[in-house]
Amino acid sequence: MAAFDQELDASGLNCPLPILRAKKTLNSMASGQVLHIIATDPGSVKDFDAFAKQTGNELMESKEEGGKFHFLIKKA
Amino acid sequence: MEQKKLAIIATKGSLDWAYPPFILASTAAALGYEVQIFFTFYGLQLLKKDLSLEVTPLGNPGMPMPMGMDKWFPVLGLALPGMQAMMTSMMKAKMKKKGVASIEELRELCQEAEVKLIACQMTVDLFDLDTADFIDGVEYAGAAAFFEFAGESDICLYI
Repeated sequence: MAAFDQELDASGLNCPLPILRAKKTLNSMASGQVLHIIATDPGSVKDFDAFAKQTGNELMESKEEGGKFHFLIKKA
Repeated sequence: MEQKKLAIIATKGSLDWAYPPFILASTAAALGYEVQIFFTFYGLQLLKKDLSLEVTPLGNPGMPMPMGMDKWFPVLGLALPGMQAMMTSMMKAKMKKKGVASIEELRELCQEAEVKLIACQMTVDLFDLDTADFIDGVEYAGAAAFFEFAGESDICLYI
């Protein structure tokens, strides 16, 4: 997994909390910085894809590992 | 790109129906939408400082019942005193276990994200509701004010 600046563990949280927490964390980050999000909600895979498309933040990586979902989002 | 707009009318005051307006509003705000929710009739319950929202299986054959309770308790059983309180606490426990946010939390997230919460003045008067019972930041308006925003919205939902 590529380098990241900040990490957000949204494990155990259900829709829409992973997205809302991610948005909040991104707000406190600088443009170009990368946020690593860990989630267990299977719906988050499609949701983070849609979140990136609609907000212009780039979804650099999306993968499942060890029963958890990992996302790398670069702030626009 | 011009900011998209979401307009929601929230008309229901039960625990289960409290979720759609707040989930959609908070998510839309996170996606960059400008959002307004217009609370009318029983939806006004969702604006109270102290929420006492309940869920009822009565008249709701679609509600999944734990432990096959729908087989032990046919319709009349569901009307027994205490059944609604029991179903409500079971639902809340289940939501907590599954990491579903509370209504208080979602509502707070909406307010943080500057979702505008508007109470229908007519219903407030109709039911003699005390606005002191409502959370801070609520605005009071009527149907015409709703249309001013809804008429320009990209998405408009009646819940």
